[in-house]
Amino acid sequence: MTTTEISRSIDARGMPCPGPLMSLIGAIRESQVGDVIEVLSTDEGSKTDIPAWIAKAQHELIEVRPDDGFARFVVRKAR
Amino acid sequence: MSDTFSLALFSGTDDKLQAAAVLTVGAAAMGRDVNVFLQYWALDAFRADRIHGVSPEAGPEGAVAMRDQGKMHWSELLRQAKDIGQVRVYACSDSMEMFHITTDDLDPLIDGVWGVASFFAEADGPVTFI
Repeated sequence: MTTTEISRSIDARGMPCPGPLMSLIGAIRESQVGDVIEVLSTDEGSKTDIPAWIAKAQHELIEVRPDDGFARFVVRKAR
Repeated sequence: MSDTFSLALFSGTDDKLQAAAVLTVGAAAMGRDVNVFLQYWALDAFRADRIHGVSPEAGPEGAVAMRDQGKMHWSELLRQAKDIGQVRVYACSDSMEMFHITTDDLDPLIDGVWGVASFFAEADGPVTFI
């Protein structure tokens, strides 16, 4: 269980692809380096898209946790 | 490998424009430059007075599917793509003449007018046609 403090939470459940990723990108842009953002998504594409974008954009994926019908992504803005 | 995603759009139906917009936003998110070249009915769909609608070709079912699934309209996806990355949208000059379109008629998403050679001058890799 992580004790990371969440700076911002985005509930993107029900949003179709690529909505959750776009919401995350927007939140990252508005955040400070070190901030931790949580995204909740029911979109299947997010499972591969969000980690792929985080790797490309060189942020840090702290956690991906499957929940009841959705996934929870926890991301730290690294730069 | 080229980092530029070159997209030539010629169809003005919403299914194809939606698919093109999703590809564009994905490419932009992943750091690729995107050049979109609008020809014929795709250009017609970018007229400022009709860009936000669902084209007649989509039919009633298409309009319902777009609304019920909460899909973001392709024009809004393209706006997002331009916001996050290097995405340029050009009108084909021949199509401008064919439809008697002037730059004043076009949505602000469009960055300018190109001849086809200008598109290929920038397209240093494969071109995707939709």
